[in-house]
Amino acid sequence: MTWTADQPIVSIQDVHKSFGDLEVLKGVSLQVMKGEVICIIGPSGSGKSTLIRCVNGLNDIQSGSITVLGQEVHDPKLDKLELRKKVGMVFQQYNLFPHKTALENVMMAPVLVLKQNKREVEGRARALMAKVRLHGKEGSYPGELSGGQQQRVAIARSLAMNPDVMLFDEVTAALDPETVKEVLVTIRELAEEGMTCILVTHEMGFAREVADHIYFTDRGVIVEHGPPATFFEEASDPRTREFLSQIL
Amino acid sequence: MRRIPGVTVPARGGMAVLKPFDVHRHVPDGYVMTRWLASLPWWSPFLVLSVMAIWPQIPLAQGRYGTGEAFGALWRWMPFLIKSGFLFNVLISVLAMAIGTVAGAMLGLAQISLYRPVRVFAWFFTQLFRNSPWLVLLFIVLLAFPFEVTLFGASVRIPDWVKGVFGLSLPIMANISEVVRGAVLSVPSAQWEAAESLAFTRRQVLWQVILPQCYKRMLPPWMNWYAILAMATPLCSLLGIEELITLSRQAMEAEDNHPELLVPFFGFALLLFFIYCYPIARWTIHLERKFAVKL
Repeated sequence: MTWTADQPIVSIQDVHKSFGDLEVLKGVSLQVMKGEVICIIGPSGSGKSTLIRCVNGLNDIQSGSITVLGQEVHDPKLDKLELRKKVGMVFQQYNLFPHKTALENVMMAPVLVLKQNKREVEGRARALMAKVRLHGKEGSYPGELSGGQQQRVAIARSLAMNPDVMLFDEVTAALDPETVKEVLVTIRELAEEGMTCILVTHEMGFAREVADHIYFTDRGVIVEHGPPATFFEEASDPRTREFLSQIL
Repeated sequence: MRRIPGVTVPARGGMAVLKPFDVHRHVPDGYVMTRWLASLPWWSPFLVLSVMAIWPQIPLAQGRYGTGEAFGALWRWMPFLIKSGFLFNVLISVLAMAIGTVAGAMLGLAQISLYRPVRVFAWFFTQLFRNSPWLVLLFIVLLAFPFEVTLFGASVRIPDWVKGVFGLSLPIMANISEVVRGAVLSVPSAQWEAAESLAFTRRQVLWQVILPQCYKRMLPPWMNWYAILAMATPLCSLLGIEELITLSRQAMEAEDNHPELLVPFFGFALLLFFIYCYPIARWTIHLERKFAVKL
């Protein structure tokens, strides 16, 4: 099956996932079109992170289907590496490689995985470092950078692979309030450039501002979804209203 | 309230608290010998030696052959004992460590293989050689290995010391295997995930991301095993390999086996091993503490 731009770039259909007896996802469906930014919000333990980890195959699913660019992610014949070249992921704890400098972190995957020319990659990596406003920090090791700076290196590291979709897993949850903003600014720029983004976030203000569509999950199901304006103003489900009243 | 001397105890706060008993703190962790060695003051062997040197003089003061003559004999043999004896121990330990490290690294990586049979096989060999007495392994190698091999038509005699090196490298291999496995497992799984989501292959994850983070944390246990190995090389004397202890015994025989010779000669061997292993032990414990804080 080939993918065309009028089809969803990421399509999740009735996905079930459990860890042992604990059912984390109980039939979740959502669609993301190219260039769309969607935010998944909800209380902790509602399966948000699990869901986006299923999108790049870090977690398996029990039933249902997830397709990225028309490719079934949980097809056992699928080359997971090919999938992961197209899907970038940024983690809550940054997970930079501590033994490499910021620039080397960004350059590693294109050089090793895509076998691209090192000089070319270095030029692009420096441009990405400038883009995430870390010009001058190329030679620093992750341990020498603040949380916000590390997270921006992590974003640049994912972008260096030229992915079609970016997954953000609570990327600001471990940051100081002051540094949250610098990361969000970077993500907003990405969104404005037309990058397809799936964000799991607790930053309601940010979600409202950048998202094209908001999904609210609770106990493994999507309770409610809609564009931010209607979602925040006219949430109808009592669970959504309760969650929003606690947060806003 | 009036304080009664000897009866009143200092106030301990409101309620009795039962602190959790940490079992792991009371289990030996593999550094026991090195930590003990490193905790000795540097002058301790000299103290032992001086006590031992004076001791035989008291009952044997009437004898013609005294401690003075024994130390004189040691002085004559000393260059030979160091050059042909102790340096040979060092050579044996270095070679056994080199072979053990290479083989142990491979075995350790096999222990984390994706293929279950490889993993089980590597685990079995690791446990087998890790838990066998070193002397038993030495004897097995000595007796089981042929004393001659035919290489390109010519028969080459395998000297006993080469077998000794192999015999000592077996337990080192098994312990290094565990060190490698433990170091790989100590890297947070988030590092695997980060590398995997950048489309690294398993081999790339291991060699580019995980192992480079392991070298530093493997250094203290590796040095620990080297210190233990160096101190174990005298086991080779039981196989007749002409290292320091064998040569010391031969030298004493050449000096007519006076009992007064025992303390100076074996004391000298003790001193040599102390001088060699003590700095390694101190440095190992230093690095172990330094890296432990950072991890």
